[in-house]
Amino acid sequence: MTNSIEDMTLKAEVILVTGSNTSECHPVIANYVREAVMKNGAKLIVVDPKRIDLVDYAEIWLQPKPGNNVAWINGFMNVIINNNLHDEEFINEHTEGFEELKKVVERYTPEYVEEITGIPAEKLEKAAKIYGEAKAASILYAMGITQHSNGTDNVKSLANLAMITGNIGKEGAGVNPLRGQNNVQGACDMGGLPNVYPGYQPVDNEENCKKFSSEWGASCNINKGAPLTEIPNLVEEGKLKALYIMGENPLVSDPDLNHLKKCIEKLDFIVVQDIFMTETAQYADVVLPGACFAEKDGTFTNTERRVQRVRKAVNPPGEAKDDLTILSMLAEKFGVKYSNNPEDVFEEIRKVTPQYAGITYKRIEENDGVCWPCPDEEHPGTPILHVGKIARGKGLLTPIENKPPVEQPDEEYPFILTTGRRYEHFHTATMTRRARALNYYSPEPRLEINPEDAKQLGINDGDEIIVKSRRGEVKTKAMISDRVSKGVVFGCFHFSEAAINVLTLHALDPVAKIPEYKVCAVRIEKA
Amino acid sequence: MSEELVKLKIDGQEVEVPRGTTILQAAKKLGIRIPTMCYHERLTPIGSCRMCMVEVKDYDHPVPACMTPVEEDIEVITDSDLLFEIRRNALKLMLLNHPLDCPICDKGGECDLQDLVYEFQIDKVEFQEKLPNKGLPEYATPFIRQWADRCIMCLRCITACREITGRQAIDIVGKGWDARVAVVDEEACKSCGECLFVCPTGALTDKLCNIKGRLWTYNRVQTTCGYCGVGCQLELNVYENKVIKVTSKNGVGPNKGSLCIKGRFGYEFIHSEDRLTKPLIKKNGDFVEASWDEALTLIKDKLTEIKEKYGPDSIYGLTSARATNEENYTFQKFFRSVIGTNNIDHCARL
Ligand code: SF4
Ligand code: SF4
Ligand code: SF4
Ligand code: FES
Repeated sequence: MTNSIEDMTLKAEVILVTGSNTSECHPVIANYVREAVMKNGAKLIVVDPKRIDLVDYAEIWLQPKPGNNVAWINGFMNVIINNNLHDEEFINEHTEGFEELKKVVERYTPEYVEEITGIPAEKLEKAAKIYGEAKAASILYAMGITQHSNGTDNVKSLANLAMITGNIGKEGAGVNPLRGQNNVQGACDMGGLPNVYPGYQPVDNEENCKKFSSEWGASCNINKGAPLTEIPNLVEEGKLKALYIMGENPLVSDPDLNHLKKCIEKLDFIVVQDIFMTETAQYADVVLPGACFAEKDGTFTNTERRVQRVRKAVNPPGEAKDDLTILSMLAEKFGVKYSNNPEDVFEEIRKVTPQYAGITYKRIEENDGVCWPCPDEEHPGTPILHVGKIARGKGLLTPIENKPPVEQPDEEYPFILTTGRRYEHFHTATMTRRARALNYYSPEPRLEINPEDAKQLGINDGDEIIVKSRRGEVKTKAMISDRVSKGVVFGCFHFSEAAINVLTLHALDPVAKIPEYKVCAVRIEKA
Repeated sequence: MSEELVKLKIDGQEVEVPRGTTILQAAKKLGIRIPTMCYHERLTPIGSCRMCMVEVKDYDHPVPACMTPVEEDIEVITDSDLLFEIRRNALKLMLLNHPLDCPICDKGGECDLQDLVYEFQIDKVEFQEKLPNKGLPEYATPFIRQWADRCIMCLRCITACREITGRQAIDIVGKGWDARVAVVDEEACKSCGECLFVCPTGALTDKLCNIKGRLWTYNRVQTTCGYCGVGCQLELNVYENKVIKVTSKNGVGPNKGSLCIKGRFGYEFIHSEDRLTKPLIKKNGDFVEASWDEALTLIKDKLTEIKEKYGPDSIYGLTSARATNEENYTFQKFFRSVIGTNNIDHCARL
């Protein structure tokens, strides 16, 4: 996120929420959005194929057909430029590429966008003006924007929109991705990625390679690793033999599950470190019992880049151990000494991660968390990015064309399936399904379907149905809901017995390698 | 933006605050405490309890500090015999209907009402009415118990449900002596527990866990929620190595005390019977319990063998968006420096 949670809501004049079912996935942020609308009179624009809860508070709701985000974003820019609502000063001073961008968005007139997305032209125009006229407008987005085969394009387009209106580097503005899992941000910051060391320092760079090799007393590999979505291919090609999984459950969360399972069975050796016997752990050769957040000390970094403390409250059950202890024990077997004291490790992190250099446990304690970048111990931390200057010097405006989703509905598979989360559950639900309070509300998987479609198919609420895609089928129950539009159905991926990802498609965004979860074509039959 | 400033005096001290500030906020700026009950930082002032009454020179009547905006040159008095009596009577009114069952109340020890009653030295309830017992009605969510008799009608819960969560699941029902907080829209409740969080008394209590400890017998550990990326700050309430409740602190963390159902009521998995407690090794298709040493030695032998035979890039490590920074750091360090591969990723994209 470029801005902090409080800033992007309570300081904003206009809030644009897109591809984020905020009330379900980030409930406390939804509270802030509501507070901004109800108490500060902020105007809320929602752009989402689904009638999400926040629509009730919106000044205007645009309902595009799933998977054509670039079109409406370009449409916004078209209206803004034509009405002279862009911020010329900011564009000249802080960005480059405006003329090229202008040429592309020129074609995305509200009428043309209506053709592609189904959003009525006058509604698009109205919403774009609301955004463009605001002194400070923030954008909040989540997986509904990124989980597409052109997810990177979507994100860049939103950045274009924010930049041409000068909504970067100031209060109440910014482009703010809401991160899903509690420490996704931290896992990325710490170099839990195939191409970068901690602090996003590229691995395929001699200097970095040298630096980390000497820091760790080893010789690091200068070749980038493969992203996890390429694991199935690597296994098939015989290049991958062993998998070590710490606290993840890819056999429910990953796309095209049937294929993945077959691949995983081919591996020589699998280690899973987790707190439960997950679907993935079943396939392991060795399972190590881990500790949950309540049983360890350390830090998490939240979606606003705020580094906060995790504190141990109870002991792990039986012989279970926290991951840090397990890793240090394993390292010892390899003849290497690793500290299992979180604060010591954090001190090492600070040393090699420039963004974290000024953060200490003590400062976290004293300041209710510290937002990175924080280059030294005098620095207060950075709740808002790009103030005064865009991080890369000048913000690059990238002209982008709309690309329709890879898989379009057709006669055989007439519905668009989109997937997501539900309020009560979390990711693959290994934790939430074991909490009575959360299971009480969503004890079973459901597929949301529009009342008109349901009527046509002769399906009633709660009926058992079979959902088929080109890749597999899943049995589930119907939930009649006018939150989804005609021709669209919505399923969540929390439930392993109706693992929706059996249906989804392995079409990846070429840059970010994110699977296209939001759009695939399906057929629905009564069971 | 330049804000218009207003100058005033509180208890003889001068203070300057932006126009629109309430007397309560201005006093806070000076470090002067005015007792309150229904007022809550995150909510629009309610003005139902009259605990915060103050005198203003040249005003006809005392006014509620939580709702009255400052005016140029006013002189406020926050403590006097008259105010003490007004506040004492306001408390007595609250107690009319409130049983003094502190010894069996979950809230005992951190109850605003209990504290104020003590402060104002009310040792007997003069006009306690024999009212019909309201009992334990069905509440909006099965995870909260409503003790209707303990309710002092401050309306914080209703205001929080409307303003913070936007649900409007509860409201006042009935009139006069019969008036009470009740569920008006069962479907609307999201079990966020915001009403429970703001209730100053024991009228709403946590019902999820059947182990109950007194406040001073358990530990509160502040930590970060383990579910979503908002990173709400919460307190795990621990009794004999068991999490029995989750609470939160007003104004603390990005959530400022708010939580959702997952953070507030989703802690039971911690002590689930399904937790893994021993290392397991698969032998002939079945998992067999093993010692740590045995399991780790096997991992070391296997990974070394595979690395020697197929090279370091034949090994892949999935780290976790749920693990701490320190664990993630150590995991990638292990893979990069000991195994020698950059084949590391996690579920960020999913
Ligand atoms: S739990 Fe939340 S939604 Fe339910 S009544 Fe209380 S405040 Fe309202
Ligand atoms: S239930 Fe609690 S918060 Fe609600 S009115 Fe009664 S005392 Fe106040
Ligand atoms: S309490 Fe809810 S909103 Fe807050 S971090 Fe936890 S899951 Fe997210
Ligand atoms: S605190 Fe002001 S009226 Fe209750």
